[in-house]
Amino acid sequence: MALKIVKGSIDRMFDKNLQDLVRGIRNHKDDEAKYISTCIDEIKQELKQDNIAVKANAVCKLTYLQMLGYDVSWAAFNIVEVMSSSKFTYKRIGYLAASQCFHEGTDVIMLTTNQIRKDLSSPNQYDTGVALTGLSCFVTPDLARDLANDIMTLMSHTKPYIRKKAVLIMYKVFLKYPESLRPAFPRLKEKLEDPDPGVQSAAVNVICELARRNPKNYLSLAPLFFKLMTSSTNNWVLIKIIKLFGALTPLEPRLGKKLIEPLTNLIHSTSAMSLLYECVNTVIAVLISLSSGMPNHSASIQLCVQKLRILIEDSDQNLKYLGLLAMSKILKTHPKSVQSHKDLILQCLDDKDESIRLRALDLLYGMVSKKNLMEIVKKLMLHVDKAEGTTYRDELLTKIIDICSQSNFQYITNFEWYISILVELTRLEGTRHGHLIASQMLDVAIRVKAIRGFAVAQMATLLDNAHLLTGNTQRNGICEVLYAAAWICGEFSEHLEDPMQTLEAMLRPKVATLPGHIQAVYVQNAAKLFATVLRKHDGETESQAAQETSQLLIDRLPLFVQSANLEVQERASCILQLVKYIQKLQQKNVEVAEEVTALFAGELNPVAPKAQKKVPIPEGLDLDAWINEPPSESESEDEKPKAVFAKEEPKHSRSRHTEVDEKELARRREVRKQEQANNPFYIKASPSSQKVYDAPGVEHIPVVQIDLSVPLKVPGMPMSDQYLKLEVERRQKEKAERKKKEKKKKREKRGKERKADSGPESEEDITPAHQVDIVTEEMPENALPSDDDDKDPNDPHKALDIDLDNLLSGFSSRPLADSEKLPVRTHRPEALKSPAEDRDSESVPQETKKKSGKEKKKDKEKDRKRSKEEKKKKKKHKEVEEELLESQPEEAVQSEETKEAAAPPTSTSAEASDLDFWLSSAPVPPAAQEVTAPSSAAAAVDTSSAAAPESEPDEPKDTEPEDTKSSKHKKKKQKKEKEEKEKKKKKRHHHHHQHHSDAGGEDSVQNGTVEEEEPLPPMSNYSLLAENSYIKMMKEDADQVYDIQGNHQDESKVVVSVIFENKSDSFLKSMEFNVLDSLNSKLQRPEGAGAHDSLTVPFQLPPGVSNEARFVFSVQSIIMPQKLKGTLTFIVKSDESSTHEKLDFKLHFTCTSYLITTPCYSDAYAKLLESGDLKGSSLRLEGINMPFHHLLARICFHHHFSVVERIDSCASMYSRSIQGHHVCLLVKTSDQTVSIDAKCDEPSLLGNVLDEIKQTFSKC
Amino acid sequence: MIKAILIFNNHGKPRLIRFYQYFAEDMQQQIIRETFHLVSKRDDNVCNFLEGGSLIGGSDYKLIYRHYATLYFVFCVDSSESELGILDLIQVFVETLDKCFENVCELDLIFHMDKVHYILQEVVMGGMVLETNMNEIVAQVELQNRMEKSEGGLSTAPARAVSAVKNMNLPEIPRNINIGDINIKVPSLSPF
Repeated sequence: MALKIVKGSIDRMFDKNLQDLVRGIRNHKDDEAKYISTCIDEIKQELKQDNIAVKANAVCKLTYLQMLGYDVSWAAFNIVEVMSSSKFTYKRIGYLAASQCFHEGTDVIMLTTNQIRKDLSSPNQYDTGVALTGLSCFVTPDLARDLANDIMTLMSHTKPYIRKKAVLIMYKVFLKYPESLRPAFPRLKEKLEDPDPGVQSAAVNVICELARRNPKNYLSLAPLFFKLMTSSTNNWVLIKIIKLFGALTPLEPRLGKKLIEPLTNLIHSTSAMSLLYECVNTVIAVLISLSSGMPNHSASIQLCVQKLRILIEDSDQNLKYLGLLAMSKILKTHPKSVQSHKDLILQCLDDKDESIRLRALDLLYGMVSKKNLMEIVKKLMLHVDKAEGTTYRDELLTKIIDICSQSNFQYITNFEWYISILVELTRLEGTRHGHLIASQMLDVAIRVKAIRGFAVAQMATLLDNAHLLTGNTQRNGICEVLYAAAWICGEFSEHLEDPMQTLEAMLRPKVATLPGHIQAVYVQNAAKLFATVLRKHDGETESQAAQETSQLLIDRLPLFVQSANLEVQERASCILQLVKYIQKLQQKNVEVAEEVTALFAGELNPVAPKAQKKVPIPEGLDLDAWINEPPSESESEDEKPKAVFAKEEPKHSRSRHTEVDEKELARRREVRKQEQANNPFYIKASPSSQKVYDAPGVEHIPVVQIDLSVPLKVPGMPMSDQYLKLEVERRQKEKAERKKKEKKKKREKRGKERKADSGPESEEDITPAHQVDIVTEEMPENALPSDDDDKDPNDPHKALDIDLDNLLSGFSSRPLADSEKLPVRTHRPEALKSPAEDRDSESVPQETKKKSGKEKKKDKEKDRKRSKEEKKKKKKHKEVEEELLESQPEEAVQSEETKEAAAPPTSTSAEASDLDFWLSSAPVPPAAQEVTAPSSAAAAVDTSSAAAPESEPDEPKDTEPEDTKSSKHKKKKQKKEKEEKEKKKKKRHHHHHQHHSDAGGEDSVQNGTVEEEEPLPPMSNYSLLAENSYIKMMKEDADQVYDIQGNHQDESKVVVSVIFENKSDSFLKSMEFNVLDSLNSKLQRPEGAGAHDSLTVPFQLPPGVSNEARFVFSVQSIIMPQKLKGTLTFIVKSDESSTHEKLDFKLHFTCTSYLITTPCYSDAYAKLLESGDLKGSSLRLEGINMPFHHLLARICFHHHFSVVERIDSCASMYSRSIQGHHVCLLVKTSDQTVSIDAKCDEPSLLGNVLDEIKQTFSKC
Repeated sequence: MIKAILIFNNHGKPRLIRFYQYFAEDMQQQIIRETFHLVSKRDDNVCNFLEGGSLIGGSDYKLIYRHYATLYFVFCVDSSESELGILDLIQVFVETLDKCFENVCELDLIFHMDKVHYILQEVVMGGMVLETNMNEIVAQVELQNRMEKSEGGLSTAPARAVSAVKNMNLPEIPRNINIGDINIKVPSLSPF
């Protein structure tokens, strides 16, 4: 008992973990809901506790309950609490829960921004990873905007694990915050060539996803992807790229031509079915994009079809499915090659797998021809009978209708057959597609005039047997057919044999059980039939029949007048009154037939569904303006509820004005005839529109007789089969006749005439059984041709339709504008890890400078381009071979260097034209392309030497020529590889010498340290440390500063990067680095090493090579600048001898180097200043002759500040030392004078920092 | 893009759900039910693709699934993903689970839903495929687990002692939970 009590109290302390919860739920199968609700109560208690472990446990359990369908959004705030735990274990739980249940409507999300930012910049890669993963699930537009810059920075993280996640999440960021696409795109593109395959794959993934929605913006990347495709071995990446090409080829057929060969090679070589399948798919896309009928591609088609046949015949159902899927794509453009596999596809119709049957059905759609339509549909009808399960049967039904009605009934030669098929389909029980059949019936009856007689007869039968359709409530869907039947019988009642009988059928009491909109049609059309009956008996004096009809209507209509449906009621009472009036007239022996018929006179023309929308608005018409004052409320009652009617069948939504008098009608008819005569698209009816069948066909075909021979009175009997037989007979007859004719003709003109008797009959030879007028649907005159009707305005990808070529090319382009900058409140996130990242974030605020730079460059680029073109022309035929040899290595070296320096491969101004060039090269002899390489390379070198201290000599670089080579000259390349290597070595050497001359001064500039977005004034962190004839050491102004709190108190670590460059012709090895420690600053040596031991530099330097090493120092006090003396010893090894050498240097730690760029919000900043803890100091700089934003950028860059706020020529800046001192600056400028008011809680640190700032500006 | 990943057993009980697009909880459950309904009535020897239809996203989406012993792994993807590729990915995912749990069975998924999520997070992120290399996935998962261990995990040592107390042989604590050990058989990779 005591134990129980103890256990109870402990339970309350530690409660269940996830496993206990799951176990509990499993043990309470009977009262699960109750158990869970007690658990939720417990969880609520747990969440109230302060212990984060308990909270995390509770959140973890909530995540499980969320899976079971419980809403846990009430705990959102607790989830945020757990997310912000410093322990990875809890953080992970928090982010998991957040990713499962946060969404854009979750209001606590806005609280997470800073937490996520902190996690993103966490030194622990898994904290960052978990944050990225979580964020990818619940990123909102606000988060995307606020964090875009941080994530962009992470794209260049040192760890590939973070890089790939950061790259991937960018897609989500783009979706939520499209403005970020342009600034981020260059870096994204750069990641396509990341050394890590995972990162590369992620980048491919993102770009493919982007390009899928807006392919045209990514065409310029085609060469790059082409290169990846030919070089990558990762099937995942290959599949993505190949899929992407599938999306690109429709836009650029030349690309397709280029792709065919490598793709067919892949098809032949790959063993991976997934890859094979995607290749086939893309080849198909290519072939579709190319103009059809290119003879040399028939082989590719054959290859595809052949491979697909293998897939379809495979026993693996998945392959079979995909094979059919791909086959349907070929079908669209090359139906002939697919049609030969009809047997296979019909076989698939019998497959036990529904998905496969559906795919096979899709294929059939495209395989029908005039010749085989009846046969195929017959087969499908058999399947309809066999099909169990309504979904598949409904699918069959829609497919049959689709197949028959496609492209304006193109393949139907006998409409009587089609009507019979439709009638047969009405026998399907419980189908949802009654309206589909109905609309087909209407469509055919209205548009095919010759068929009306037959259709009316069939519809009359249907109406007569309506009880069969409506008898079962399950068949409700099918009763829609009656709607069509009634309308057809009414509208074309002149074709009815016995209108009286049909009228009777339409007024049966049972009709009242039909849906309202059908009843309405019944009533309306009963009136039409009434008119027909009257006319039939016109002229007979004291017609008994006519009077009987009136009486029938008067008897039956009251049933409808009582209908609950307004439409029915209104029509019925209207017509009832009319009939009563007519009856009175009849009793007075007044001739009424003509007048009643006139009510329904006039023909209805089919109107295209979109016609109304496409009527152009006449000039000067403002649809929004009131014509009259707004109508009073009472008037609105007059509006008739037409919606029901119009929805079902827009074709007869035209209301008829029964009031219109005869004259008006006649006039209108005249006008319409006039219009029709002038309308070239209106196919006129034969003059005797009353005739059941048109003259021309009748002689050949005994159609009329068939009509009678078919036992129409037996509803539901399948008749379509007979048509099939008849059709075959008819065709044979026709064929025989044609043969005769042709024999005659042959004698007259030979050669020109086609031989119809040899081989199977071709499409054109089959004449339709009726001479059919298929009336085209009317469109308004000068309708606007537009295809944009189907686009979804809500598509989020619309916003991402951003032109990126501009960005990539930079020539005649729109560089990133100020407004496009990613919003950076912090302009440098804290605790950066690598110099690369540092520079990245640096470049953003400096973008402003870029503009002016771009302009200057433009001229140069123009020149370069011009010269390039000239050279191109000249060289095209000359010295190609020599150039080839030389150019390749040079190009290779350069591009390699760009990579080395981690400078992104910005495309040149000529990107767009290069794409053309790359694409057009297919037919051009390969040599021609090579020319670009040397000229552009040469040009690049020219500019680099001209723009002497500029830091990016090889920045705007063509990557294209290399691509081209890699694809086009694989074989050649292999041969030359050796040669190249040798040359490379030499070149490299040469290049480095060039850098030396560039980088001569004190403020040396290292090639490649600066990024592509770098603004004009070059800024470098590297300063010369020491140099002798052998080696040059350059130190980066220790900006890689971070502190490890809690590890050593009051002691911080500083990382110093030193670049060692071998200037000699000898090999340098065994380099050892040592400094004399001071009390304050110590070099961190490995454990066990003495205080004076030197550190081995972990690499050797071949001649001309430079490399970077990092050394960690621990520093105690940071308020004063420090100087450390040190030596570097190394062995110089030449061919003959090896000597020991030594180089002394002085390491200078400025106070600036202890500052970390830290973001600060303006409100926090204001508070800090208010607090009064800070001591002030100020500085005046005279004669500063640079734009204010350059000035700020310099302070930011060299002294690790971030801009808090900037108003005109005044800015507040903030930074924090590694030991937590706040440093605030207020910078103002006017007329070359800059005054800096500074505040800091450590006056000596502040003084030193200001001195350093002063020095920085005195240099320039 | 992958729109959703669902794991449920032969009776339609969810074992893991991961939507990459927001749906309210009841909608999620409905999707699971419908998906289960669609998938469960299919034989094992029919193809593994299903047109998603009205379920999620519409006609551009497909359900791609695999059935292992007692569990269905269903991925809902759009047309930018390769069908066979996703089938491979499911296989990779399951094999990874097998490695991480050592002979994985449904019970592992039942009791360690969180761990399965963490593994999945290394495979798919935000609906896009993050990593397909199994060794890499396993390595990252293990590094993170190690980190969790070094922090003491969710249930630290005292808690473990407590749960020992809790599980003492008290009458109302149900012992012997009757759960079969049904291993998910991971067939060797099909030759795609």
